[in-house]
Amino acid sequence: MSHDLGFWTLQALNALQLSMLLFLLSIGLTVIFGLMHFVNLAHGSLYALGAYFAASLAAVGGYWAGFFLAPVAVAGVGVLLYSGLIRRMRKSGPMAQVLVTFGLIFALLDLTRIIWGDLALAIEVPALLDGRVALLGVEYPTYRLFVIALGAVIFAGLAFVLGRTQIGAMIRAGVDNDAMAACLGINVERLFFMVFCVGCALAGLAGAVAAPLLSVTPDMGLQILIPTLIVIVIGGLGSLRGAVAGSLIFGFVQTFGAVLAPQLASVLIYALLAAVLVIKPVGLFPAKG
Amino acid sequence: MKRAILAALGLATGLAVPATAQDIKVGLLLPFSGVYAALGNDIEAGFATALEQFGAETETTFEIIREDTEVKPPVALGKAKKLILQDKVDVMAGIVSSGVLGAVRDMVHGAGVPLIVANAGNDEATGAACSPYITRMSFSNGQVNRPMGQWMYDQGIRKVYTLAPDYAAGRQMIDGFVQTFTAAGGEIVGQEFTPFQKTQDFGPYMAQAKSSGAEAVFVFYAGGEAISFVKQYDSFGLKADLPLYGSGFLTSPLYVNAEGPAAEGVITALHYVPTIDSPANATFVEAFKAKTGRIPSEFAVHGYDAGRALIEAVKAGATDRESLANALRQVRFDGPRGALSIDPATNNIVQPIYVYETVAGEGGLTQKVLAQLPAEADPANGCEMAAPVSN
Repeated sequence: MSHDLGFWTLQALNALQLSMLLFLLSIGLTVIFGLMHFVNLAHGSLYALGAYFAASLAAVGGYWAGFFLAPVAVAGVGVLLYSGLIRRMRKSGPMAQVLVTFGLIFALLDLTRIIWGDLALAIEVPALLDGRVALLGVEYPTYRLFVIALGAVIFAGLAFVLGRTQIGAMIRAGVDNDAMAACLGINVERLFFMVFCVGCALAGLAGAVAAPLLSVTPDMGLQILIPTLIVIVIGGLGSLRGAVAGSLIFGFVQTFGAVLAPQLASVLIYALLAAVLVIKPVGLFPAKG
Repeated sequence: MKRAILAALGLATGLAVPATAQDIKVGLLLPFSGVYAALGNDIEAGFATALEQFGAETETTFEIIREDTEVKPPVALGKAKKLILQDKVDVMAGIVSSGVLGAVRDMVHGAGVPLIVANAGNDEATGAACSPYITRMSFSNGQVNRPMGQWMYDQGIRKVYTLAPDYAAGRQMIDGFVQTFTAAGGEIVGQEFTPFQKTQDFGPYMAQAKSSGAEAVFVFYAGGEAISFVKQYDSFGLKADLPLYGSGFLTSPLYVNAEGPAAEGVITALHYVPTIDSPANATFVEAFKAKTGRIPSEFAVHGYDAGRALIEAVKAGATDRESLANALRQVRFDGPRGALSIDPATNNIVQPIYVYETVAGEGGLTQKVLAQLPAEADPANGCEMAAPVSN
């Protein structure tokens, strides 16, 4: 087996692509947790819903209809969840929250099965992003590059909003000390609601983006949940930098693990998770100093 | 000797009351929820189709009791107990997952209730863990892939890279192929087993395959993983230089349309495709389409042939658990898949294997049969059973 430079470039791009997909998912979950101290295990189900909405919308209005509208639709579901369930659960302890959102996973899973059936759906890659481009000496699928670019853009956007705008300052204040932020006149509850919806929309976006790469099946939300949780635990709960770092670590460990130590591929990331929990239980880049 | 007398007695009582119509209770043990729900639905529809089509050939009426295994071995075991002890079924059919089959095996064997396996392909089930009460009408993992090794070698392919999910079925499927391919003189230049249901991105493995110097790739994936794999393989543009072969579940008619054009040109082997050109298959496809509006998958044919086998057993004079188990082991008929029989040494089905290419046809993707490979009985794999009492 000869591994030339092209091979490693290809694998690095693969790792980056997986990282960005996980980033889109984990950022919503981690910010919701950081701000609201709310563990939303149903986040993966929202990702699955995003994929299903995108598949249905793509069948009617083409890929881009799904891409732009699926996040909006999932945010709509988020509004329903928030006003119906999550607002009531805000004051109950983490155990109750975990149980309720864990139950939600199965409720939403069966709901997707009832509406869309058990057969897997698929979305075709749009013509614009079909095919491959030559990059750094390798041919790489255009759609995967699009996923990488999209992840980078979302990261830049969020970094700007969180770091440079007033809303961002309010969110950071809320994450740091919500009681103090409320005393300073910030409507923390409304802020929570907004952030929750944006988080849901990002999960929906991740679903819509993942759909053409993977298959759209009812259990896709369950399958992505564990990697997402690993990402935010490694990165540090509640921080944007943590989500990026966690995603990159997961993507690269998973991809290069599969190449260099295939027998250990499924264990490596859990070993890393255990190591992080032992050495730095708050994660690598925790939100609070 | 004692068995023979018992069987003779059973036969005599059966002959004594030939005219009375009887009722046979059938327990259908299938997943109607969980990851394999689509398979469970197809098998049930196939089973019902067979009873409608062949039910008139016998006086016996069949009462169906369906239970959902949820693809969870403990749940399935509970449901099997309920069917056997409470409903007192005469025969059970179904079982999609090999894990579920493993869980109910001892219960079924101990209670002496005949079970017609309508999917689960674990080699062990008709190998070391075989039972005179368990007859498999579907396939075994090795059986489907073994003929493909020689066939690919005959096509001039010498170096192959293999990929499959890391669980029992994945390993058995690949082993079946590797055995015959290397025996023919081929070389396996690389082999990888991906974490089962934990792999979203197959990109890393595909890059490995590409740099391995292989002439072709042979894989087994099913369900959602199959869709992801085929689409990602195509998106990397590997199909042209490194043709994709595999176990036929990769491009099953159940989900090939979700794979879309990415599946075109993929060559795989399976025991059934809906485009087999025979009158028996044409009848089946038509009846199944009329019932469900879908093209039958290999899973549908498992259900159909399981139903048919039950009717054949009843026609041979079986009336209760013991006689049904015995008769099921001797069932043989020409079905949609061709000539089928049960190997008395293992209770596994003996059937031809079809090599097919997925091609674009009118109204979507279809299967072009390239070759029909002769039926071969599986090696006994440690199965030791008394031969069935002939009836």
